[in-house]
Amino acid sequence: MPALRFITCGSVDDGKSTLIGRLLVDSRAVLADQLAGVSRTGEADLAQLTDGLAAEREQGITIDVAWRYFATPARKFIIGDAPGHEQYTRNMVTAASQADCAIVLVDATKLDWQQSQPALLAQTRRHALLAQLLRVPSLVFAVNKLDAVADPVLAFKHIRAALLQFTQDAGIAVAAVVPISALKGWNVAEPRPGWCGHDGPSLLQLLEQLPCTPADAQLPLALPVQWVEKTAAASADTQRGRRVFWGRVAAGSVAPGAQVQVFPSGQRAQVAQVLDHARRPVDAVRAATGASAGIVLDREVDVSRGDWLVAAALAPQADAADDWDSPAPATNSPWPGQRELQATIAWLDDEPLAPGRVYWALHGHRWVKARVRRVVHRLNIHTLAQESAEQLEANAIGLVELLLQEPIPASAFARARVPGSLILVDTASHRTAGAVLVR
Amino acid sequence: MNARVDPQLLSQLGNHHLDALEEETIFLLREVAASFERPALLFSGGKDSLVMLHCAEKAFGRGQLPFPLLMIDTGHNFPEVTQFRDQRAQELGAELIVRSVEDSMARGSVRLARPDEPRNAHQSVTLLEAIEEHRFDALIGGARRDEEKARAKERIFSHRDGFGQWQPKAQRPELWQLFNTRIAPGEHFRVFPISNWTELDVWQYIEREAIALPSLYYSHPRAVVERRGLLVPVTPLTPAREGEQVQTRAVRFRTLGDITCTCPVDSPAASAAEVVLETLSCEVSERGATRMDDKTSDASMEKRKKDGYF
Repeated sequence: MPALRFITCGSVDDGKSTLIGRLLVDSRAVLADQLAGVSRTGEADLAQLTDGLAAEREQGITIDVAWRYFATPARKFIIGDAPGHEQYTRNMVTAASQADCAIVLVDATKLDWQQSQPALLAQTRRHALLAQLLRVPSLVFAVNKLDAVADPVLAFKHIRAALLQFTQDAGIAVAAVVPISALKGWNVAEPRPGWCGHDGPSLLQLLEQLPCTPADAQLPLALPVQWVEKTAAASADTQRGRRVFWGRVAAGSVAPGAQVQVFPSGQRAQVAQVLDHARRPVDAVRAATGASAGIVLDREVDVSRGDWLVAAALAPQADAADDWDSPAPATNSPWPGQRELQATIAWLDDEPLAPGRVYWALHGHRWVKARVRRVVHRLNIHTLAQESAEQLEANAIGLVELLLQEPIPASAFARARVPGSLILVDTASHRTAGAVLVR
Repeated sequence: MNARVDPQLLSQLGNHHLDALEEETIFLLREVAASFERPALLFSGGKDSLVMLHCAEKAFGRGQLPFPLLMIDTGHNFPEVTQFRDQRAQELGAELIVRSVEDSMARGSVRLARPDEPRNAHQSVTLLEAIEEHRFDALIGGARRDEEKARAKERIFSHRDGFGQWQPKAQRPELWQLFNTRIAPGEHFRVFPISNWTELDVWQYIEREAIALPSLYYSHPRAVVERRGLLVPVTPLTPAREGEQVQTRAVRFRTLGDITCTCPVDSPAASAAEVVLETLSCEVSERGATRMDDKTSDASMEKRKKDGYF
């Protein structure tokens, strides 16, 4: 089974770092000297295993994503320990963009659990929404610190009801709601049958079973050209004299004989040879979504870094051949170019998104200028209502209209992840300012 | 931190994850070559840089490296490693640039507190001087996130300001595979294509790909003394102190660096396959077992990285 990349999120002090420390210790991934380094007062401070920056230890919070590795007999895991503090939501977005699963921690002691549906914290809602927005395939709620409440059965029942109501209202699919105590290790690695009325698997057992991110493999080919190799003539393992166009298959798959066209020029060619990431020819097997491939075309066409190789436009239908109004070939392309986009943006920069300003946008491997025309709405993360807004502040999520300097083969993020995602970069500071998901 | 598994589980886990790691590393190496004007690959002759170099050969083809190799020489190297480094560079037909801490000392930009002190920390100065001299805009390094807590926090594309400093609180978000490589003049990037590898992954890959390493990585007899729980090699730079008993033990190095702060471990492992098995059952981290300079404070690596260190 392939490694599972998961992130932990939730509010400050919900116990994310402690949970990760617990997973690492219980799966024997922590070595003696590392445990000794955080055990100066006798008992190990599990959170200190991951909070690697001095500023984090000073303040007792996690500032940036820490990536950790561990394995059980069933699976390898990569954990992104994402910060909970609102100020560092951008780092949580960074971690979520790579993840197969998001665990949102909920601190039972912070909620009024005696109510039948206690009000959830804003960060719980925000992180669940962000995970959904970024198409993280599995969302798991881990209700933590249940060892510290008077009536854990009732607390878990009520909090679970609130979580399920919230996610149902928001249209978010939930893989599981699991009761845990990260501090005591209850139901984290070892199951604790019946505890809090929960008879399901422990959190770790659940993670061993979750699927990895499905590839957008059923779509027509789209491959952003990362690197044009000009020296193929000198290389024995490629056809003489032909350039090799390297890139990761963003959607679909490619095999020798495929008809492709270059975006934006529209030039057509046939794929003569496909190389795998390590330059070995791919014959029987197609290079599928996610794989790095080297493409050799059957004729010389002008292709640069930033261009795309996409499945060739469909041939015009026979009965349309005489139709003078038939659309131009470009509109037949499975990945038509677009200059105007509606997009959801997670704003990451301290300087607010300002309509009218021009930013750099990176799509695939192409940089284009982008202007934000207007903010259509901002999402209220407490009520999920769409509010009118003039700008988006740091950590806000909203819908905007973008105008690009030149067309890009963008597609809805919900359809295809790579063609559907961009970043915006501030032209003055060069900071990464926005995560853009095409509608 | 090591991702440890029981030895009997190794066959179940297999090593197909190595293909995914290799592919990611090659993708990142091509991204550096395509995004920057003047990149260089930091090459010490150690196992991590040899793994990177092996991936670079796969990415660009034999003898086709699109960047030079850069070595920052502390003058405290094991001769076996320096020799190996030069030999590999020659075999690859790669351009090898060596800049030494001793030159920085002669220029006066590095001042030692005592003549025999470890020079690892001073490498930053020489490195930044080399970056300025060659106007490098990206330096590829073999750091792994499992090595140390501060490293686990660093992005794959790590932005450095005009002073070569890392600013952990202002790191650029790394979204999907969209790497923001835009820089102002004088700034540069450090790029870590093997960030997601662990010590075990590196050894499994070395075994699978039959990558040649300096002999010091495998068991050999060496004169050592025990000092503060570490085995300190007895060399002209690190002589035994009064009262210390010199012993000859079968040891190997898990990491190679400045002689004055790199320690071997007891080991009979004489091949990559044996090192893989030993790594699986190891109780102490790579740095915990071998580095004297990281022990001074919990934040020493972070502090050095902020100062421009790798």
